[in-house]
Amino acid sequence: MELTGAQIMVESLKQEKVEAIFGLPGGVILPTFDVLYDSGLRFILVRHEQGASHMADGYARATGRPGVCMVTSGPGATNTVTGLATAYMDSVPMVCITGQVATTVIGSDAFQEADTIGITRSVTKHNYLVKEVRDLARIVKEAFYIASTGRPGPVLIDFPVDVSRAKTEFVYPKEVSIRGYKPTLAGHPKQIEKAAEMILEAKRPVLYVGGGCIASGAAAELTEFARKTGIPVTTTVLGLGSFPETDPLSLRMLGMHGTHYANYSVQGSDLLIAVGARFDDRVTGKVSLFAPKARIIHIDIDPSSISKTIPVHCPIVGDVKHILRALTGRVKKLEIGEWTAQIEEWKKKHPLKYDPSGDVVRQQYVIDKIGELTNHEAVVTTGVGQHQMWTAQWYRFQNPRSMITSGGLGTMGYGFPAAIGAKIGRPKETVFCIDGDGSFQMTLTELATAVYYKIPVKVVIMDNAHHGMVRQWQELFYNRRYSGSELGPSNPDFSKLAQAYGALGIRVEKKAEVVPALEKALQCDGPVVLHMVVAKEDNVYPMVPTGHALDQVMDMA
Amino acid sequence: MKHTISVLVENHFGVLAHVAGLFSARGFNIDSLAVGETEDPTVSRMTIIAQGDDRTIEQITKQLNKLIDVIKVQDLTEEEKISRELVLIKAQTGAQNRSEVLQIVNTFRAKVVDVNPHSITVEVTGNEEKIDAILELLRPFGIKEVVRTGTIALSRKSELNLKGPKEAPEAKVEKPEKKITGKKK
Ligand SMILES: Cc1ncc(C[n+]2csc(CCOP(=O)(O)OP(=O)(O)O)c2C)c(N)n1
Repeated sequence: MELTGAQIMVESLKQEKVEAIFGLPGGVILPTFDVLYDSGLRFILVRHEQGASHMADGYARATGRPGVCMVTSGPGATNTVTGLATAYMDSVPMVCITGQVATTVIGSDAFQEADTIGITRSVTKHNYLVKEVRDLARIVKEAFYIASTGRPGPVLIDFPVDVSRAKTEFVYPKEVSIRGYKPTLAGHPKQIEKAAEMILEAKRPVLYVGGGCIASGAAAELTEFARKTGIPVTTTVLGLGSFPETDPLSLRMLGMHGTHYANYSVQGSDLLIAVGARFDDRVTGKVSLFAPKARIIHIDIDPSSISKTIPVHCPIVGDVKHILRALTGRVKKLEIGEWTAQIEEWKKKHPLKYDPSGDVVRQQYVIDKIGELTNHEAVVTTGVGQHQMWTAQWYRFQNPRSMITSGGLGTMGYGFPAAIGAKIGRPKETVFCIDGDGSFQMTLTELATAVYYKIPVKVVIMDNAHHGMVRQWQELFYNRRYSGSELGPSNPDFSKLAQAYGALGIRVEKKAEVVPALEKALQCDGPVVLHMVVAKEDNVYPMVPTGHALDQVMDMA
Repeated sequence: MKHTISVLVENHFGVLAHVAGLFSARGFNIDSLAVGETEDPTVSRMTIIAQGDDRTIEQITKQLNKLIDVIKVQDLTEEEKISRELVLIKAQTGAQNRSEVLQIVNTFRAKVVDVNPHSITVEVTGNEEKIDAILELLRPFGIKEVVRTGTIALSRKSELNLKGPKEAPEAKVEKPEKKITGKKK
């Protein structure tokens, strides 16, 4: 039977077992929305397309399945660009469908025309302009395949309105064959052999684990490998949850706001095993001084990540899960007692700490308590800034896909819509968004979405009356000249704002009120906003200032 | 150092923009880029001449390989290869110096493709050195306009075709510290 392009699009999404589509309609995508109307597919109407793109991203990070968003041409498409860039930087599988003006008028500056393909080229893993309806089913199939295999990433399909009306026979392809795209999965046996030898020889080894471990679904394999060998584990912010942070082998997070002991361990190591991590500058500090005594093994599915910023001694291109399994079979418990004793000493001497005194609410305390009350097993999303780093430091993640944060692009406003997407993907789990007052105000319009669809996310807004992280840098490096970082006088009462939207809103001003408020939030079965009025001028420590080696750490007195 | 990179890509809309966009987004410099259909009409071949140290070129080849529409990448720099460029040069000539120009043209086995009272247009094919040499010799007469196709190149030994894997990470990982040269089968 012949179907229209719009019908083919919707049928194809069903074939891909899409559970939810996040989006907002407009002129040229109306034929598709019309089919969507009674398709049985779940559609979540957002209030701004950036929200749709972050929701699709949050859904994808929480579930491992591609998130889908659908928007109109022109402004609808451009509003998703931040979301695409966020997902691209953190390798998140997403399919974004944008309406486009008719093929007959493309290039004529038609109403709501934008060169979406051109604009999104550098923030997508791949993008397609559908020119013929007969290509559509294949393109959708390929888009999902490309988004979710290899190093995952967002794929965009630009869908002109005339193609959505044209008809053709619908056959959904069973297989994908793209001659230019064949990701390597199994690592090269010789390299694995060489790595195993290096591991067995190591005296001061460290595992440095990134988001690739979670994307590969390899948390269990990592844990097995680390426990079998006894090698301590540090993670990046995106790697949090790939290894239980309460495990004695955990060094917690490394990098600019990592623990002393993670950073000292990396600097002192003679073997660094990088697992699905890409040596980001927030992790390495000054590149030329990074891990100066270490030989490096680098396991990554993306060959272009290897030796990009730091030359490595033993690269293994392939899927982390495959490779860790192969390595585990070739190693044994290492005799590294001296090394672990040294690390224990660092741990004792330099624990993470904060000033617990007084009545004032401190973010570290709130996050610590959220961790306790949720048994460290909630799904947590964040905005970007101090609260994000404190969440990374104080929640103590246990499970993969539980820390959902914009690590690579650092997108303020990501946390709240991502929490909605995550909750839709994992409805049985408690989902917290720990947000900054600045970050939250970038996408708070989605309160309407959360209330309308009754998505019970728990938003904790840390109101320090500032763009706190910016203020911290200005305090430390710009003579306390707080240029453009003060929010205080203009912040609304977020609890009242939440109430206006129909959510539960609670305002907390004293430390003693924190736990009762969190308990109330946990009992509530609708969206909740906790407005935490917190210390205004707290700084995130430890801190390795830019341009310094990882062991040149600043800390509070 | 100058590198010659040969790239097989899908012969469809948008691919050139994708490749060019990659170079600009990552701050790589292109000297020239020549593109055209191959023996297989669904495939185009690009010859890219790019500058960079070994690390940069390694990143360029890896990033090119990452593009979905790129089928294969080969660095021909150290391969035995044939490279050619075609150039049209419009040189200023009058009756008094035309014969001198023609002499140069003959020495280089170039072709005169147009003559008028004030200028002569010459077509030259060759490798970069030959082209640079003739340009140098014609410069004193006054060059009015030059157009170059950019270098195209083929390896003498290996064929870059659709057979075999897109990239050979094995080959790469065995000699990690060396830069990637041509992928030999
Ligand atoms: C969209 C965007 N704009 C600007 C920045 C730069 N930036 C980084 S952190 C920060 C302040 C964040 O403030 P807030 O959300 O209140 O979090 P806090 O640091 O106070 O915890 C800013 C402006 C950014 N990361 N993202």
